[in-house]
Parts: sequence; structure tokens; C-alpha cells
Amino acid sequence: MSPLLVKTTVTDNRPVNLDLATIKMPITAIVSILTRASGVFLFAAMAVMIWLLDMSLASAEQFEQLKDLLNAPLSKLVLWAILAAVIYHALAGIKHLVADFGYGETLEGGVLGARLVLILSIILAALAGMWIW
Amino acid sequence: MVTAVTNLGRSGLYDWLVQRVSGVVLLAYFSCLAAFLISTPDVSYEQWHGLFQHTAMRVFSVAAILSLAMHAWIGLWCVVTDYLTPRLLGPRANLYRGLASAVCGITLFTYVVWGLQIVWGS
Repeated sequence: MSPLLVKTTVTDNRPVNLDLATIKMPITAIVSILTRASGVFLFAAMAVMIWLLDMSLASAEQFEQLKDLLNAPLSKLVLWAILAAVIYHALAGIKHLVADFGYGETLEGGVLGARLVLILSIILAALAGMWIW
Repeated sequence: MVTAVTNLGRSGLYDWLVQRVSGVVLLAYFSCLAAFLISTPDVSYEQWHGLFQHTAMRVFSVAAILSLAMHAWIGLWCVVTDYLTPRLLGPRANLYRGLASAVCGITLFTYVVWGLQIVWGS
């Protein structure tokens, strides 16, 4: 087979069946993509979290400075966003573990699990917000 | 068959297991930190610093930092191999994906070194 033929075969014979833009996402898909999105967000937010840990443990003075800094409205908002992402990502991860043990693998189970993840995340994120403010 | 060289364990099953074990470690670590902070309102520097002086907490923190690096690498690998593809980015997709992976790897390596320095240096 000539290299040209291989190229043509690879590029032409692999149809794209799913045009994602035209598909209405079910709740299970929304929960799934949010897991990825929150994971990517946490990867970046980890720089902030490690910086916070660094400053909080450096010295008593810096600890107090950090406390003042975290009292600013914008810091509280950032902190809450990170906590909400941690909560959501953790609950979605627990859903994965539950599914690994064979529970909630049906369509109904998957939808129920996705709903539980969303509802519990909202409740826990609200509690985290009350704790911060 | 092409052997994948950029995923953590060269095998989907190994990655699957590492992702679960590291996820459970991180879940336990963040739960413990949350429990400490909730049960210690208006935490003082002595209390906070004291917590991280315990050897057990240092070991737990190192486990969490290493888990984070592996967990994030596997997760980001899934994301970049799913979205940074020739279909979405054109013929130079492999280059862009390689660069994105490199940025992720360097960042995670920095997190690990920085985290270890904080946990064992303070």
C-alpha cells in the first residue's frame, strides 16, 4: 500500500458520527463534563492552595497577614469557588467509585447518581459559603 | 498497534487503578483538613502549625501531594487526548497537545517540589 493510499484511507474512512453541537446533553453528560471542567480548574487552583499553605505555615506574622487577606470579599469569593470545585469533584469521584462496585450502572441508576451529585454539591457548596461568610 | 507513551502507566487498567487510589487518598486528606478546620473555629497559628508538625500529618501530606500529581496527570491526559485532536485543531494538533502536556507536567512537578518543601521545611 502506498503512503498516499494509507493517508487517504485514514482521513476518508473515519466518519464522525457525533456532531456534539447538535446533541442535547442529558444530565449524566452534564455531570460528566463538569467533573472534567472542575478537575482542570482545580489543577490551576492548586497553585493558589499550595501558596496559601506555604504562607500559612511560614511564620506567625504571615499567618496573621493571610487571615486578614482572606477576609477581603474577593478572596472569600475565590476561596468559595475553589471549595465548591473540590466538593463537586469529590462527589463526582464518589459516584465513580460507587459505579465501580456495580451500583448505578443502569440508565436509571446513572441519572439518579447524576442528580444526587448535583443536589448534594449545591447543598454542600451553600454550607461552605455560609462557613466562609 | 501503537503503544501509548504519554499516559502514566502505559496501560488503561493501571491508570484506572491509580486514578481511584489517588482519588481516595485526596478525598481522605481533604476530609481530614475540613474536619480540623470546622472543629477548630478561629484557628490559631500554633494549632495550625502544630498540626503540620506531626510526622503522621507530614506523611499524609506527602501522600496527598504525590496522589495529586498522578491524579492530575491521568485526568489532564484524558482531557488533552480527547480535545486537542487533529479534528479540532488541524494538522498541528500533535504539537499543540505535546506542548500542553509539557506545561501540565512541568506545573505538576513544580507543585510536588513546592509542596514537599512546605511540608518538610516548616
